[in-house]
Amino acid sequence: MLKIDNLQARVAEKQILNGINLEVKAGEVHAIMGPNGSGKSTLASVLSGREDYEVTGGSVNFMGKDLLAMAPEERAREGVFMAFQYPVEIPGVSTINFMKTALNQIREHRGQPTVDAVSFLNLMKEKVKLVEIDQSLLNRSLNEGFSGGEKKRNEIFQMAMLEPRLAILDETDSGLDIDALRIVSNGVNKLRSKNNAIIVVTHYQRLLDYIVPDFVHVLYKGRIVKSGTKELALELEAKGYDWIKNEMASV
Amino acid sequence: MSKDNQVLEEFTSKEYEHGWTVNFETDSAPKGLSEDIVRFISTRKGEPECLLNWRLEAYRRWTKMNEPKWANVRYPAINYQDIIYYSAPKAKTEKKSLNEVDPELVKTFEKLGISLNEQKRLTGVAVDAVIDSVSVATTFKDKLAELGIIFCSFSEAVREHPELIKKYLGSVVPANDNYFAALNSAVFSDGSFAYIPKGVRCPMELSTYFRINAANTGQFERTLIVAEEGSYVSYLEGCTAPMRDENQLHAAVVELYAMKDAEIKYSTVQNWYPGDKEGKGGIYNFVTKRGLCFGDHSKISWTQVETGSAITWKYPSCILKGDYSSGEFYSVAVTNNYQQADTGTKMVHIGKNTRSRIVSKGISAGRSQNSYRGQVHIMKRAQNARNFSQCDSLLMGDQCGAHTFPYIDVENNTARIEHEATTSKIGEDQIFYCLQRGIDEEAAVALIVNGYAKEVLNQLPMEFAVEAQKLLALTLEGSVG
Repeated sequence: MLKIDNLQARVAEKQILNGINLEVKAGEVHAIMGPNGSGKSTLASVLSGREDYEVTGGSVNFMGKDLLAMAPEERAREGVFMAFQYPVEIPGVSTINFMKTALNQIREHRGQPTVDAVSFLNLMKEKVKLVEIDQSLLNRSLNEGFSGGEKKRNEIFQMAMLEPRLAILDETDSGLDIDALRIVSNGVNKLRSKNNAIIVVTHYQRLLDYIVPDFVHVLYKGRIVKSGTKELALELEAKGYDWIKNEMASV
Repeated sequence: MSKDNQVLEEFTSKEYEHGWTVNFETDSAPKGLSEDIVRFISTRKGEPECLLNWRLEAYRRWTKMNEPKWANVRYPAINYQDIIYYSAPKAKTEKKSLNEVDPELVKTFEKLGISLNEQKRLTGVAVDAVIDSVSVATTFKDKLAELGIIFCSFSEAVREHPELIKKYLGSVVPANDNYFAALNSAVFSDGSFAYIPKGVRCPMELSTYFRINAANTGQFERTLIVAEEGSYVSYLEGCTAPMRDENQLHAAVVELYAMKDAEIKYSTVQNWYPGDKEGKGGIYNFVTKRGLCFGDHSKISWTQVETGSAITWKYPSCILKGDYSSGEFYSVAVTNNYQQADTGTKMVHIGKNTRSRIVSKGISAGRSQNSYRGQVHIMKRAQNARNFSQCDSLLMGDQCGAHTFPYIDVENNTARIEHEATTSKIGEDQIFYCLQRGIDEEAAVALIVNGYAKEVLNQLPMEFAVEAQKLLALTLEGSVG
């Protein structure tokens, strides 16, 4: 589904990614871990097409297409979804209205008819149940006055609505208490399927207790320096990131 | 330039969509303004002597007045002798029904999306259409007449209901109120008149569309609405004008008069030609709108969506004379390219327990300047007066300006006044968030702007709100919207 080949990128003249290689197949969940400043969020931003990030080398193939050549909205319409670390507020625009606009633009891109009000509401009810979000939140202005947990739950609700092929969860666990973490993770787990893939970007192992990954990659200084299964995350938790740093220093 | 700025730029440079002219044969006065021109207009309209004298008095006052310079707008001096003050589509005789209306005219309305035909009956809108100052056709009159409601062109009101015109003309906006009101009083050519009798709730939205057509023609229409005790009326005004290189002057006067327990809701969607991308052409819009809450518990509510005009100078106001009367002002003013708007309201609290509410949302894009100017005046005997004002500004791009000039005068210490103001920019983060959900930049801007203006748009009647939303998006297309 996704093949990242020697990806290099910089932000404001500062080189952050120094050759990332990663392949993600349908049905897989990959966790990207690493210390602060290792390039985790940069990778998520580059994949979603944020314009402040300049790709300086390498390629990204998504479903047989050149992902980096696409505008951010095209990537979204092709099925790339990003759950933001800091979801923005849009006053006066309800989540419902926002989702309806998004869903219809995506459907239009795929040559599907726009969804009528009744089917939209039915779809929404179904997804509300799935991710356990309070329906009244969806009538309010997008993310305005939401708690940290509500914002993240809203991100997962949007993911459920848009049914992406590839979802990138950028530090979805940050700012969540244990209860919120469990609810958000449950939502994500219900959305896992053979046909989609998820990249979980996180600093801490605890999220991976709930969203169990097939593969764990450790990012350090803009490169994947270690890959393994979920046990790698536990080892990291036990030994700390200094373990990686020291290991790298000795090479 | 960042990508968002580019989008803004494109959005901003969208051409005016209502720009076309239609070749009617027009019956015009020669250029310039003098007592003779005032007489010409009055004669042409077959007016009674007293109205001619009223006009002449206004004209004489006007010649002694100076054009106001305090507004935050810049424009070259207007040559008042270079304007045609009267232009009427040439008509054979009075129109008895729509079938007799010039088909060319009907086509014009259709282009504008106004249908004067039976469709409007179904949508429940009575339209009094004004092209170049003369009201061409009025629908629904008979149906309204059954309820005792008068809704007709101003000239017809002068002929058919002279006693009402005599009583109320200039009662809220006196002929010498200000420079532009005096000019209008001298040369107004037509407009709309509505009278709602005691206890009657007008069953449909009354609507007027204004359109400036002939070149070099100022449009000076006059609207007068009188709501008798316990009555209710909602009135819609829409404006467009064709594209012209020269600037055209528009100086209208609107007077609202609400008796005890009466309510008047006045909504405007203003889309006059704003000039081109370089700021050439466009309407100079100098309008005096004022409502008098004369009776106790009366209410006047202004809602405006201002997207057009090169210059907007407009302050729909409420004089809260009756005890417990209330005034509201909801405004969205969008400026783009080189447009300049200085708009706001004046709430004058005279009666006891009077209330006013001001919600102003300015949106500036391109190289435009957008100012809110508002005054809240609590007079001595206005016990327990209350006001709430909220003035928000939204900036798109980095070459436009937003300004707020609130004035508060309090002469009674029981008054409670609240004022809130915010200024924000459409964030790149907000746009990116939309993009990442598959929403393109133009739709994202429209979504964000409509969200921002929602509180005001919600005040508009349903079908108008939809139109206004589209207009907002259109005005800002390619801008930051």
